[in-house]
Amino acid sequence: MNKNKGWTIAYWAIAIVMLGVGAIGLYWRLVYGHLLANYGELIVWGLWVAMYIFFVGLSAGAFMVSSLFYAFGLERFRPVARLGLLVSLIAMPLGLVSIWFDLGHMWRFFELYTRPSFTSLMSVEVWLYTAFLIVLVWMIWLEYHDEEKKSKMLKVLSAIGLVLVVLYEGAGGALYGVAAARPAWHGGLFPLLFILSAFTAGVAGVIVAYVFFSKDHPDEEDYRRVVSELGKLLLALVAIESLFLFSEYSVALYSSVPSEIAPLIAILTGPYWYVFWIGQIGLGIVLPLIVLLWKRARQSPVWVGIAGVGVVIATFAMRLNIVIPPLALPELNGLIEAVPGSTRMSMQYMPSSMEWFLAIGIVGFGMALFALGYALFPTTPPAEKEA
Amino acid sequence: MPYVPAVMEMENAIIRMMEDLERALQKPPSERRWGMVIDLTKCVACDACTVSCKAEKKTPPNVNYTVVIKEEVGTYPNVREVFLPRPCMQCEEPPCVDVCPVAATWQNEEGIVVIDYDVCIGCRYCITACPYGARTFDFGEFYGDGTPMIEPYETAPTFEYGEERVRSPEARHESPIGNVRKCNFCIERLHEGLLPACINDCIGRARYFGDLNDPDSLVSEMLRERYSFRLKEELGTKPKVFYLS
Repeated sequence: MNKNKGWTIAYWAIAIVMLGVGAIGLYWRLVYGHLLANYGELIVWGLWVAMYIFFVGLSAGAFMVSSLFYAFGLERFRPVARLGLLVSLIAMPLGLVSIWFDLGHMWRFFELYTRPSFTSLMSVEVWLYTAFLIVLVWMIWLEYHDEEKKSKMLKVLSAIGLVLVVLYEGAGGALYGVAAARPAWHGGLFPLLFILSAFTAGVAGVIVAYVFFSKDHPDEEDYRRVVSELGKLLLALVAIESLFLFSEYSVALYSSVPSEIAPLIAILTGPYWYVFWIGQIGLGIVLPLIVLLWKRARQSPVWVGIAGVGVVIATFAMRLNIVIPPLALPELNGLIEAVPGSTRMSMQYMPSSMEWFLAIGIVGFGMALFALGYALFPTTPPAEKEA
Repeated sequence: MPYVPAVMEMENAIIRMMEDLERALQKPPSERRWGMVIDLTKCVACDACTVSCKAEKKTPPNVNYTVVIKEEVGTYPNVREVFLPRPCMQCEEPPCVDVCPVAATWQNEEGIVVIDYDVCIGCRYCITACPYGARTFDFGEFYGDGTPMIEPYETAPTFEYGEERVRSPEARHESPIGNVRKCNFCIERLHEGLLPACINDCIGRARYFGDLNDPDSLVSEMLRERYSFRLKEELGTKPKVFYLS
C-alpha cells in the first residue's frame, strides 16, 4: 500500500504481531471477564473507555475533513475527501469494539437497540453512531459504485453525516458534563471541547494517513499543497483547542474549591504528569506550533505528518485525562479507607496486561482494516482518472 | 449532663419497627416510603452492619452495599473519631437512574432504587453518577480466589430481589457478576416482614428503619423529635437515609 514492498511487509508484520498480542488479551477477557482488569470501584472506567471516546472522535473528525469537500464543496480538499471517509469508517468500529469489551455483559449490547432509555446520553450516542454508520456506508457505496448523479446525493448525505457527528461528539462530551457527582466533569464546556478536539484529531489523522500511509502521490505539487492546507487548518484548530484547554483548567484552578482543583492537580503533578505535559502540551501544542509556524518545516509534508502524529497522540492523552483522573476522587471523604482490603477502591490506576494487550490488538486490528480498506477503496479522487 | 437520646430501649425498638413494617405492608406498595434513620451518636463503628450485609447478600470482595466511614478529627492527643455508616441513600431524585442506557435500574413504587441484573449491561455509568459512592461493580472476585478452596458460603444462593441466584467461580460471566450492585434496603426481606439485615444486627441500635409516610412509625417519630440531616443535601437528591447527630 505504500512506497515499497519492504515497507508493506513491515506494516503487516507489525499489525499481525499486534493482533497476536491482542488475541491473548481477548482470551483473558473472554475467559476471566473483568477479573484481570485494573479499573476498579472508584476509577470505574479506564484505558478502554478512553480509547472508545478517542476512536469515535477520530471517526467524527475524519468525516468532518471529508465533508469539507462533500458538503461544503471545497475543491482544494478533494484529494483527501475519500481518505477522510476511509479513516472515519475504520475508526468507528475500533471505538465501538473498545467499549464493547468494557461492558460487564458484552452480549447484552443489543439491549441498546431493543430497550433504549433516551434519558441516558449513552443510549442517545449509540443510536447516533448507528445512524452515522448507515450514512457513512451509504456514502462510500455511492462514491465507489454509483457514477450517475452521485455528487448531489453525496452532498446531502455528507451534510446529514456532519450533523450526526457533531451531535454524537456533543453528546459524548455531555455524557461527562452531566455527571454532577464528578466536579471535574460537570460543566458545559465538554460538548464543545469534544466536537473541537474530534475535528483536530480528524485533521491530524487524515494528515498522518495521507503522508505516511498513502500510495505515492502522482502529483507531487498537488500533494504538497494539500498537506500544507491541512497543516494550516491543524494550526488553527490547535490554537483554538489550546484556548479551550486553558479556559477549562484556569477556571477550575482559580475556583479555590478543592474538589474542583484536586483532579487537575492530579493531572498536572500526579504520577502520570507526563500524559499532560508531554502528551497534551508537548506533542499536542508545542510540537505542532513549532512545525506549523516554522516556514521550512511546514513546507515539508513529512514534518507536517510528524505534527499530525503528535496531535493524534495528544488527543488520546487528553481522552485519558478526561476519563481517569476525575474518577480518582472519592465521592465522600474516607470512603477508600472505609473497608480495609478493598483492593479496587484505589485512587491509582494503571491498565493491566489484559487491558494493554487487548488495546494493542484493537490498534493492530485497525492497521489491518486500514490496509484492507485502502486496497478496496482507492483514495485517489475519481476526477484524476477521468482527466 | 450527658445527652441521653430519647429513643426506646433496644428490644422495644426492634419490635416497634417490625410492627411498623407489618402496618406498612398492609398498605398498597405505592403508599409506602421506606426510609432509614442512623443515629450517629450511637454508632461505634463496629461494622456489624457491613458484616451482616455481607452475610445476607453474600457480596464478594470489593462489593460493599453499606460501609462505615471512619474519620479522625483533631490533633493528638485531642482527637475524636467520627463514624458515618453509608448505605444506599435511596434518593427520591436519584441521579443514577436516568443515566442507565437500558433502563435496568429504576425507582420502584416503594421508593427503592432497584437493579434488574438480567438487563444491566455493566457499563458502570450509574457508578459515576452516584454522588455517594453507593454503587459497586461485581468483577467476579471470590474471597477464596488464590486459596485451595472457595468456601461454600460464597457459592450459596442469595435471594436478592426475591430471585435465587448463585455466584459461581466457574461462571464468571453470569449475573450478578458483571453487574452493578447496590443496597436495596433488603426489599426481599421487607416483603417477608423482616427488617433489613443491617437494622437487626446493629449492636449499638444506631440504625432504624420504617415507613416515612406513616406518622406513627418509629422513624417518623424520631425525625420529628430529633435534629436530622442528609448527605449532600445541596444536590437536591433527597436521600431517604437520615442522620441524627
